[in-house]
Amino acid sequence: MKKKPDLSIDFCGIKSPNPFWLASAPPSNSGYQVQKAFEDGWGGAVWKTIGAPVLNVCNRYGTMDYKGSKIIGLNNVELISDRPIEVNLREMAEVKRNFPNHAVIASIMVESKKEAWQEIVKRTEDTGIDGFELNFGCPHGMSERGMGSAMGQVPEYTCMVTDWVMEVATKPVIVKLTPNITDIVQPARAALKGKCNALSLINTINSIMGVDLDTFELRPNVGGKGGHGGYAGPAVKPIALHLLSAVASDPEVVASKVPISGIGGVETWQDAVEFMLLGSTSVQVCTAVMHWGFRIVEDMVDGLSNWMEEKGFEKCTDFIGKSLPRISSFGDFDLGFQTVAKINHDKCIQCNLCFIACNDAAHQCIDLKELKLKDEVNERLWPVVREEDCVGCDLCSVVCPVDDCISMVEVNHGRPHITWNELTQKRPEVLEWDKMEKYREEANIHIH
Amino acid sequence: MAEHYKPFKYKPWEMSLEQRFQEVFPPYSQREAMQEANRCLYCYDAPCMVACPTHIDIPTFIKKIATDNVKGSARTILESNLLGATCSRVCPVEELCEGACVLAHDHKPITIGRLQRYAMDYASERKIKFFEPGKANGYKIAIVGSGPAGLSCAGELAKLGFDVTVFEKKKWGGGLDTYGIVVFREPVEVSLSEVKMMEDLGVKFKFNQTIGQDVTFQQLVDEYDAVFVSVGLGNVPDMEIPGEDLQGVLDGLDFIEETKTQPLSTIKYGQRVCIIGAGNTGIDCATIARRLGSERVMMVYRRSEAEMPAYPFEYEFAMREGVNFMFLTQPTEVIGMEGKVVALRCQRMDLGEPDASGRRKPITVPDSEFDIPCDMVIKAIGQKKLSNVVDALVKLGVHTDRGYILVEDGTNRTAHPKIFAGGDCIRNKGEASTVMAVEDGKIAARGIAKKFAIQLEEVKQGAKG
Repeated sequence: MKKKPDLSIDFCGIKSPNPFWLASAPPSNSGYQVQKAFEDGWGGAVWKTIGAPVLNVCNRYGTMDYKGSKIIGLNNVELISDRPIEVNLREMAEVKRNFPNHAVIASIMVESKKEAWQEIVKRTEDTGIDGFELNFGCPHGMSERGMGSAMGQVPEYTCMVTDWVMEVATKPVIVKLTPNITDIVQPARAALKGKCNALSLINTINSIMGVDLDTFELRPNVGGKGGHGGYAGPAVKPIALHLLSAVASDPEVVASKVPISGIGGVETWQDAVEFMLLGSTSVQVCTAVMHWGFRIVEDMVDGLSNWMEEKGFEKCTDFIGKSLPRISSFGDFDLGFQTVAKINHDKCIQCNLCFIACNDAAHQCIDLKELKLKDEVNERLWPVVREEDCVGCDLCSVVCPVDDCISMVEVNHGRPHITWNELTQKRPEVLEWDKMEKYREEANIHIH
Repeated sequence: MAEHYKPFKYKPWEMSLEQRFQEVFPPYSQREAMQEANRCLYCYDAPCMVACPTHIDIPTFIKKIATDNVKGSARTILESNLLGATCSRVCPVEELCEGACVLAHDHKPITIGRLQRYAMDYASERKIKFFEPGKANGYKIAIVGSGPAGLSCAGELAKLGFDVTVFEKKKWGGGLDTYGIVVFREPVEVSLSEVKMMEDLGVKFKFNQTIGQDVTFQQLVDEYDAVFVSVGLGNVPDMEIPGEDLQGVLDGLDFIEETKTQPLSTIKYGQRVCIIGAGNTGIDCATIARRLGSERVMMVYRRSEAEMPAYPFEYEFAMREGVNFMFLTQPTEVIGMEGKVVALRCQRMDLGEPDASGRRKPITVPDSEFDIPCDMVIKAIGQKKLSNVVDALVKLGVHTDRGYILVEDGTNRTAHPKIFAGGDCIRNKGEASTVMAVEDGKIAARGIAKKFAIQLEEVKQGAKG
């Protein structure tokens, strides 16, 4: 039989049979859970953060449900592990003994004191775990006490604590970044300056899930009150992908060669592939497990393996980061790349959503017309694109409910292939409207 | 508008014969399959899975459709049921998986059968091979009959490294899946592709081999290390009424077989057809007759709707096809003229006290005889037991009960240490179905593996690597 693709990864020395790890979160709260997850096929687990003493509240979760789909987003105000450190350490050692080939990573967070950080690192290393993740991202409860995201939002603190940990750690150290910051590259660089071995992102995003229209209470409701909690789940994936790509394509990060563990809305093998194409070596999952249990990993492993086989990839490193060279920015996009919408009237079901979207929210280039298309009598008008006016914005095709009905087709009307940066360098005068008009004439760009 | 959303109109004359014999349910488009798959709750310890006789991991295969891992989905199905393609078409899903779906409590259950067919079609269109023959273990197994039980057993054994030979009396494999299920529920190619799957696993087929004539059980027991008997049942029994041998009185299974093996245009059908019996075969015959062009099709059944063996969905389907039902009606004679059928003489029945089967016993209503004019009578009143096969087995020490073979729970071994059995020929109680036959084959394969101390898991993993 054809050789199966090799899903195993080496994450800065941390070996894992596959790239699927439990994120540091409720599913990795205990030895029982982590062992069960490994039995079900997870390759690794970042243990729920241990460290400072905490007390939890009741009603810890709020969800974003959307038109019949439960939990497209999940918000939580649960804190780090509320089980005694000794219990956690004992269970880590036991899991590691039973699963020597799986990745067990301890997430840690203590108050901002050098002795405290170094002590917990030393105590935890004794369990035989494979590495650490420094929790600089928790956005609620801990941040108010000067920990979690309070640490990750100040690059100097990030660097300082990483440095403390690196002084004593003999196992690889991952720094987990918060998305609740203007430029995530800054703390990433700070962590590198502190000599971390790897990065992970994103932690959860500050959020309030909603308000009850009858009681005026917030969701989640903690005894009549509510506050910001960490948002996760499928809804945050695009944000995570952006932040991941920003970090993964940063020249300093690239030069450092540290691996990245991607987190944020990974639910399926397809999500995982996207994270990996944008530079994740492993992916971490929480919300999907909270929704369905550990068993989802079977399809993740199977789906990834089938996809790799189909694409001819033998190992994960064959495609990790493969889409990163495509990460660019607006100033470097080709202004001469032109598309127009084409409606396939054989597939069109005449819902007219493309028409109203174009007409009210875009550039008024779809008309409703009488067309003699089929033998059957059809009194309804058909949407027809005025291609000469179509600006190629893509709105009609994204609102169309029918697969492959509206496609954006590349056309070449002789527009010069030049980027904004090149244009404004060559012809800085186009920054004046009248010159811009002139350039448009030349470039065959007509906007009605 | 997609064909299947158009309101139903029975106008066969607007379609060619070929169109009329296309599968009744069109395949799901990718979008339909995705939407339906995403509706599945992915229950834990799901009742659908418990309700499936082969225990397919239904939530997982559906989840895999939702993530577009359709290849993985097909594998999940086939790991529990090698005849997943046939079962997705012929299973009485309302009675099994779909009937158990938790969504049935407050809205519509997931259309598990259609989703399974989507995954199976995907794999078959791409000719994906999922399994390899196991490492040869040196044991030779004979299988008698290549219906679903035989095929399932053969495939599972081949995966474990057994050298399997199947003896089949017909010229094609697949048993009733190939010959006995109406083509607009299962095209013949689907069943034949399952035979091909077993051939690819190294199973040898010997066609046109009738047990007792071309080969005997004694020979098989002598030459092979074990024998799996999955001979099914025989033809439709006689009604034992006058006129039964007139021209125009047919065996229902023969009638279905014709539509699966002969060009549709050559099949003779009556304009006024009486079907006797109201089970699965009867429904198939009635709907075939309608689709071929019969003007009037009357199903004649001596008990009432409540007792008829046809499933509710079959009853509904037949009624939509314009089939008429005469319940509480007992045929007493086929009336002929010049050797040809002209009418079916019947009498009215009433229902009395429950009989041995637990169903209320039909009692004749005196002086209630009447004739139904017809030019064809199709018998669909069950199947005969294959008494010559059973007798031959009894001689070897196999135990039987009322013509059915008795087997041990959990291994499907008969009283003879080398003979195992499964499928309709062991179904001495309850309803028989394809999916149960598939499970019988699996159980027997495990029983045979156990007999020779073949480690199931180890061998499985070895074959995978």
